[in-house]
Amino acid sequence: MKFITLQRVIRAGFLGFRRNGWLSTATTMVMTLVLFVLGNVVFVGAFADTALRSLESKIDITVYFTANAQEPQIMAVKNEIEALSDVRHVEYISRDAALARFRERHKENALIVSALEELGDNPLQASINIAAIDPGHYAAISDFLAGKKYPVVEKINYFENQAVIERLSSVMGTVRGSGAILTIILAFIAVLVAFNTIRLAIYTVREEIGIMRLVGASSWFIRGPFLISGVLYGVAATAVVLLVFFPIAWLASPKLAFLVPEFNLFTYFLSNLVQFSLIMLGTGVALGVISSFIAIRRYLNV
Amino acid sequence: MIFFDNVSKIYSHNSAAVRNVTLRIEPKEFVSLVGASGAGKTTLLKLLLREEDSTEGTIFLDGLDVTALTRDELHHVRRRIGTVFQDYKLLPTKTAAENVAFAMEAAGRTDAEIDEDVPQVLDLVGLADKMDNFPHQLSGGEKQRVAIARALVNRPDVLLGDEPTGNLDSVNTGEIVKLLKKINQLGTTVILATHDKQVINTLDKRVIVLDQGEIVSDNAKGTYQA
Repeated sequence: MKFITLQRVIRAGFLGFRRNGWLSTATTMVMTLVLFVLGNVVFVGAFADTALRSLESKIDITVYFTANAQEPQIMAVKNEIEALSDVRHVEYISRDAALARFRERHKENALIVSALEELGDNPLQASINIAAIDPGHYAAISDFLAGKKYPVVEKINYFENQAVIERLSSVMGTVRGSGAILTIILAFIAVLVAFNTIRLAIYTVREEIGIMRLVGASSWFIRGPFLISGVLYGVAATAVVLLVFFPIAWLASPKLAFLVPEFNLFTYFLSNLVQFSLIMLGTGVALGVISSFIAIRRYLNV
Repeated sequence: MIFFDNVSKIYSHNSAAVRNVTLRIEPKEFVSLVGASGAGKTTLLKLLLREEDSTEGTIFLDGLDVTALTRDELHHVRRRIGTVFQDYKLLPTKTAAENVAFAMEAAGRTDAEIDEDVPQVLDLVGLADKMDNFPHQLSGGEKQRVAIARALVNRPDVLLGDEPTGNLDSVNTGEIVKLLKKINQLGTTVILATHDKQVINTLDKRVIVLDQGEIVSDNAKGTYQA
């Protein structure tokens, strides 16, 4: 394509976008909605992820040792647990450490403190906290430990928490799975809506496309400006959607932080702004260009 | 030279728009294609422009086989043929000057050429003062003159007129016909499809009569009595 032709195609694309003001506005708005849905999918995904991870980090199982268990014996058990591939983190809490924590937690409570003094001896057990990579693995880890029948192990609290852990882990699985399906469905609907809007926009000028062909314009000379307009829809929609998301993220942030304290939407939005903008821009432009390309094809067949 | 070599356009096996047409048109000729509606005049022009594909036969434009071109090559032949339609086919969002300029832009001509030629050709058709009007601000006769300007601006070898006066009153018809004659005198082959007796009989040029897709007469100085 000659340079002058490329220049004309780009100019015609901008001119078409400007002269068809209403149509461009409408198409941009639909595209904005599409990107808005997509942006929300991204946010909800990040929120759910943080929420789930926060819940997951709260689940663990604890192995309690008998009072007369010796440190080397406990260490032997700990090493075996650490060797398991499902285990993310293992923490040993000695009897003394457990007592120190207990004291720290209850230092305000004079009754408990004095009761401890009275007792003289350390009533607490040494324990190991185990965090699994996946909450679904707790059952296996717990079964493994129970199967070993260590003489020093007094109890494993998984069996007490079993119902809660299993329910939580199945809920997480469902949330992740349905989240992915919902995302795909929403994205699919959004793409269809955007595609149809652009198709309609091109349908209204189908006769002009035919005329252009008949007066000797090549397919690319006609198609080019529509592709440029498609790019412009994407760019304009990205700009609008970013402007809309700033106040929304700012307003929604405290409400979401109330649910999951670890999640700050506004900070998340700002720290991922470049990436987020690029996703929006990439989606918008790709959608605009591909939709225009497909929609114009049949009318060029003159 | 334009040569239709035994060309047929068949829609279904009982109805043929054009049947076994063999026709030779020399450069700088002025030819009128006449006949009732449905006789095949428009189809013949559409086949030459490849707006439709022929079912049989080949069509040559100066030795170039038009029927063998792919969709992506069609614009080359269309730039050598200017076309004027009954319904004008102007781009509604472009001014008169822009409509004319579009044909030049599409053909890859430079801005300097466009700035020079567009006013000239609009002046030739008598619309120098309406260059910046949009089609909806022009009368039927004026729209058709813009269309003629657009068809001429790339200096085509051939000008096709598909019922160009079909929507015009007798005064405007007379002016359009005068314009077509002038263009022909300047050296462009003109092929005019019409069913207007008045137009044919004032022209005093070659007349080809079509009936049900077939050529029934071809006279160097013909008249048309339908």
